[in-house]
Amino acid sequence: MIVLLGVLVVILGFATRRNPLLVVGAAGIITGLLGKLSPQEVLASFGNSFASARSVTVFVITLPVIGLLERYGLQEQARTLIGKLGKLTTGRFLTLYLLIRQLTASVGLTSIGGPAQSVRPLIAPMAEAAAEAKAGRPLPQKLREKVRSHASGADTIGVFFGEDCFIAIGSILLITGFVNSTYDQHLEPLHLALWAIPSAICAFLIHGARLLNLDRQLERELAVTAAENDLAAHAGTRTEDAK
Amino acid sequence: MIKSEYFFWLVGAVFLVMAAQMAIDRTNPKRFGSAAFWGLLGAAFFYSTGVVDESLPAEPLGVVVLVLIVLGGFGLTGKGESHTPPREKRAASAARFGNKLFLPALTIPVVAMICATLVKNWKIGGEPVLEPGYETILGLGVGAVAALAVGMVLLRERKVSVPLHSGRNMLESMGWALLLPQLLSVLGSIFQTAGVGDQVGRITEAVLPDGQRLVAVAVYCGGMALFTIVMGNAFAAFPVMTAAIGWPVLIEQMNGNAPAVLAIGMLCGFCGTLVTPMAANFNLVPAALLELKDQYGPIKAQLPTAAALLVCNVVIMALFAF
Repeated sequence: MIVLLGVLVVILGFATRRNPLLVVGAAGIITGLLGKLSPQEVLASFGNSFASARSVTVFVITLPVIGLLERYGLQEQARTLIGKLGKLTTGRFLTLYLLIRQLTASVGLTSIGGPAQSVRPLIAPMAEAAAEAKAGRPLPQKLREKVRSHASGADTIGVFFGEDCFIAIGSILLITGFVNSTYDQHLEPLHLALWAIPSAICAFLIHGARLLNLDRQLERELAVTAAENDLAAHAGTRTEDAK
Repeated sequence: MIKSEYFFWLVGAVFLVMAAQMAIDRTNPKRFGSAAFWGLLGAAFFYSTGVVDESLPAEPLGVVVLVLIVLGGFGLTGKGESHTPPREKRAASAARFGNKLFLPALTIPVVAMICATLVKNWKIGGEPVLEPGYETILGLGVGAVAALAVGMVLLRERKVSVPLHSGRNMLESMGWALLLPQLLSVLGSIFQTAGVGDQVGRITEAVLPDGQRLVAVAVYCGGMALFTIVMGNAFAAFPVMTAAIGWPVLIEQMNGNAPAVLAIGMLCGFCGTLVTPMAANFNLVPAALLELKDQYGPIKAQLPTAAALLVCNVVIMALFAF
């Protein structure tokens, strides 16, 4: 039972935001020693499992070419493409962005989007602009926040449920690295990536439907705030009269 | 036969070259720490070959791993000035090359797929061209090299140092986080060696009603999501939950299809990431970047989807993984 303290170290370490490398190192040493391994055996198991888990880190091989392409404007080109989607409603625009984000992530292009790369400069302003064009006036603060939150949400959900369909993404390689070194198996990253596809499709259907519904929600809430404004205006004139 | 070890040497060599670039980069305030970190990592990729075939002892490698943990964990690595050209220049280049820019990037997955499906069956003199069991990984290596060649020709870039410098910039900005997945799988193995999986497995077997597959699937999926919410990281939750339930109960005891169980299990963790403030970079940082008053805005936008997807994942696993 006492070896379970190692799990506790991991949970506490991550939950209290310690540096993850230190958490993992400490948990490994503590678990090994509690599991009655000698210090030498602990070192050997660090070494052996590091050697058999190297495949987890090989995605580094793609960095030079991705870096080269970004130097020549890969992100800017992605922005130009998305910019062409201008005249859609907020919900349709975000649904399309969700799809694009999923598809590009599923071929390994995870870094062309993201909160800093695409959401702030591009997706959120365009989603807001679409809502304002439809409303014919600036959005009330509450709705503006909602649209921006959904812009960020579409980006995150898109990349999460797209990237696992790619074989060389950290999470897929972590699975194969862990299982192959721990249980002495030969799992292929490709098979795992294929099994991520059904969930990716569900993610698109569910979140896409919610985003399309966002248009209706915005319309309803805009109507409510418009009515409130009218009431306030009328109330204003009435007090004027009473004076 | 192209062996996986050759590919690991290539990756190790890339680390070593980038470490050398870092050592002479005076714009990096911690250039020696950075160079030591990535240089040791590169050397470890070579040394590991001997550990895998048991011609070299594993203990020195274990010491190196602990040194890497110390270098990264105590913030002794840093980053230099980026070599990226200014935005106007990149925009001009994007206008010039247009969608052709996507071509090299698409080369990677296409080549990797071809290797994993077609080249897999090729044989020369009765010997497979790619080492069995590593076709996809090797495909990734071949694909990345091919993509680099396509990119350099397409962009008329002559100097190999340019992509290496850009890649190093990316490496530096990811920093030690890049090593985390590999260390988590190291931790998973140590858990296994020390008998953590057996212990948790025994507890779950005692708690779980025997042979209730749907319950076991729901516990694994829900546990992945819950652990991820607490720890803020699906990568950290994965070794724990898989050693506890995923492997011993779902795969060994109930004969689940391993790739399906594990891939979907990881995605259940992602459902947790969508709703936890612990995953600051995905949920709180965007709120700050978008100047939201409600820093939980993105989480609220994601919550219903995350909950529905978790249910979907349980159903998909229960229906198709057995």
